[in-house]
Order: sequence, then C-alpha cells, then structure tokens
Amino acid sequence: MKVVVDMNKCQDHGQCVFAAPDVFSMDDSGHLAYVSDPGDALRDEVEEAADVCPLQAIRLEG
Amino acid sequence: MNTRIVVAGASMAGLRAAEQLRAAGWTGAITLVGDEPHMPYNRPPLSKEVLAGKAPFESLAFRPRASVADAEWRLGTKVVAARLAENIVEFDDGEALSYDGLIVATGMRPRRLRCPGPLTGRHTVRTVDDAQGLRQALTRPGARVVVVGGGFIGCEVAATAVALGAREVTVVDPLPLPMVGPLGELLARALLTRHEERGVRFALGTGVTGFTGDDHVTGVALGDGTVLPADVVVESVGSVANTEWLDGNGLDLSDGVPTDGHLRVGGRPDVVAVGDIARFPNARYDGVPRRVEHWCIPTDTAKHAAKTLVAGLARTGHDLPPFAPLPTFWSDQHDFRLQSFGAPVLGKEDVRVLQGDLDGDVVVGYHAGGRLVGVVALGGQAAAAAASRYRADLLKQPALTA
Repeated sequence: MKVVVDMNKCQDHGQCVFAAPDVFSMDDSGHLAYVSDPGDALRDEVEEAADVCPLQAIRLEG
Repeated sequence: MNTRIVVAGASMAGLRAAEQLRAAGWTGAITLVGDEPHMPYNRPPLSKEVLAGKAPFESLAFRPRASVADAEWRLGTKVVAARLAENIVEFDDGEALSYDGLIVATGMRPRRLRCPGPLTGRHTVRTVDDAQGLRQALTRPGARVVVVGGGFIGCEVAATAVALGAREVTVVDPLPLPMVGPLGELLARALLTRHEERGVRFALGTGVTGFTGDDHVTGVALGDGTVLPADVVVESVGSVANTEWLDGNGLDLSDGVPTDGHLRVGGRPDVVAVGDIARFPNARYDGVPRRVEHWCIPTDTAKHAAKTLVAGLARTGHDLPPFAPLPTFWSDQHDFRLQSFGAPVLGKEDVRVLQGDLDGDVVVGYHAGGRLVGVVALGGQAAAAAASRYRADLLKQPALTA
C-alpha cells in the first residue's frame, strides 16, 4: 500500500493526523509529514484519513 | 444475494454511506439516486478556492472506493415519494423501486428570500452549477456585490468577492454581528473587524425588504430604508431540508428527518438517515436531536448508520454505543481560518480567551457549567494547530446531562 498526498491541495488541516496518527503527523512548523509506505495493517486508518481530508488530497495506491 | 439498499441522495453523504455499507459487510445491491447530473463532489471549495479560480471545478470530484464500483448510480433522477411501510420509493421518471434497506441522504437546498423584486442576478451557493454562475458574475469588472446573510457561506463568499476585485462588497444581516450564532459575540466581533480591515462592508441589524430593478437586480432595499446598489446578490440565508418525498409516512419533518441514537428513522430497522438532513441526538451532549451542517457529519453519520442498517437487515443486532461524534468545523476567509472542535454553541454564555489575543492568532474556549465544551481558533495555521491540542481533552469529557 502506497500513500500519496497531493501537497498542492494540502492545507494542513490535520484531520488525517487524528484519523491515522501512525502515518500522518504535523512537523514543528505545523506542516504535514507522512509515511508513504505504511504496512497493510494500517489500511483502515489510512482510508479513514483519506475520507476526512477536507481537501481530498490523500490517495491510496495498491 | 438478491437484496437491495437504496440510497436516496447521491452527494457526499450518499457516497460515504454506500462505501460504509461495503465496509460493514453488505454484499447486496446498492442503488444511489441523485437529482444532480454529477457524480458526488466536494462542496466547501465552491465558496472559496473554486469560486476564486484557484482550483478547477473538475478537482472537486470524490474518488469512490473500489468497493462501490458495482453500485448503480441513477443520476439526474429525483426521489419524489416513499412508502416506508411497503419498502417502496418512487422516482420522478415514474419508476417505483422496492428496497430491503433505505438510506435517507437527500440533504439540504438553499433557503430563498421571498421579498418582491427581480430574480435575475440573485445567486445561491450549493451546487457546482450555482458556483459556476456566481463566478461568472463576480468576475465581471466593477461588480457591486451584496451578500445577504452573514453566516459561514456569506462570510466566505464576501471574502472571495473582495479577492476577485469586486468594486464593493456588503454583507447584510439582521443580527448585530457576522457568524454570531456559531461563534458568540466575542469572536464574532473580532471577525467583523478583520473583514472590515480587508474591505468588506457590513449592514447589520437590518433585513432585506425587497430588490430593485426590472429584469435584472439593481439594488437591495433594506429595512432601514436604504437601497444598496447591486449587480450581484448572493443569498446565503440558511437552508431547507429536502424531505418532501418522505411526506405521508408519519414522520415529524419540521426540521430534517428525526432519528434515534443510532440514526434509525421512524423506529424502523430498515431505514436510516445520514448527512445534514439527519436530526440526531448526540450522546456526547444533551441528547437533544439536532441537525448539523458541518462537513464532517456526512462521513461520521455514514459510518454509524451503515453498521446500524446492515445489522438491522441481518437481524443480528449490534453492540454499537450510541452515536456521539465530536463536531468540528472550519472556515477559510481572506488570509485567516476559523477552526472549531467540540460544541461552542453550547458554551456561548461563558467564553474565555485561552491563548493569544483577539487582534492576532487566538484560541477561544466555550464553557458550560464551568467545563470546556468547545474551542475555536481564529488566525493562521499556528492558531488552528493550538486549537487542535484541546481536541483530546474534549473527546475525553463525560457526556453533558440534559
């Protein structure tokens, strides 16, 4: 499973961090950082993060 | 399995409900019926990025999960009637379809002003088609814009109109401050100042009595006798639930569709409601059923309602706790963002600045019985991030008693 975030769309709402804290985080300056190849055990979390992104910037591949 | 769930409404709530049906194990047919000709799309940018021309209309389409690739989409079709006791819905093309399960997801439409005057030149913002028409009008050079209603959409559209170079932008509202309903007086006053500093004018404490002009609107007449010249009018005066098709089923449809604590409608195991049409009690708060028009609600309700419905149809029962979402909302206006967690509206009598100050980045807390029930940030990214640090506390709090 590969996580792709369209950083042109991302506006640092941080909703993904609440949904999938093992994959998404905010760095010290309040901007998004994420793991692009999380294990498949985290699929539900990542799907939820994609759902709750206000900009719909998160995509799962594979 | 020769069984069918009909999803009445093919917007975000309908899509999320269909996806969550699959996640909850539903393997029967799913039919989504929606009156718009478009596949589901994301509405918040319609008053902001897309209206401003910073993002294309095509960027709004949701990507449905692979699990609903076999769902049937009946777009451009309106559900016009339902007979819940017989498990039948009827469409505007004359077809009647029987269902095993029904998901009510027909959402809201903009409320319109009924006062006299021409209709042409008056806009609402709900659909892609609305936003395309409004963008054309706002980008004509020298447009004078009057926004009726100083809520979320009104404030966002006013900010976007200024950014697009409109000659004059005025927000009219009978209330004394913009967004005072959701925010309370302290923050609404700070919001007013920020808008005024960025070129938005306000006519507050007065309503609209009519529109001037013959074929096309030329002005907005106010209760205090003034007439604001206007080439473009935006009506952002709330919304009306699309419930007419449910008439005749013994439901109280005075404000959306009432549900129980698991989003079931009319005490039936085979009908649930999702999205901003659902009037549900939130077990986190006082148990009073309310409709909630925030963007997070379609997804939250879909997740719970799909599990309820699938268990109801399988007659297996479920052990879900009652629906208790933590509300959140945001609003981008000019160069600042409002970001809320919890239920500030329940704590407007006791509002305190938690961090920062009202002229800059600020986080405000709303309290009931001395306890924090909601936070709202106003400002830049740092303020929104600061507000989010209260989210865990808000989630941990025990339920408020009625």
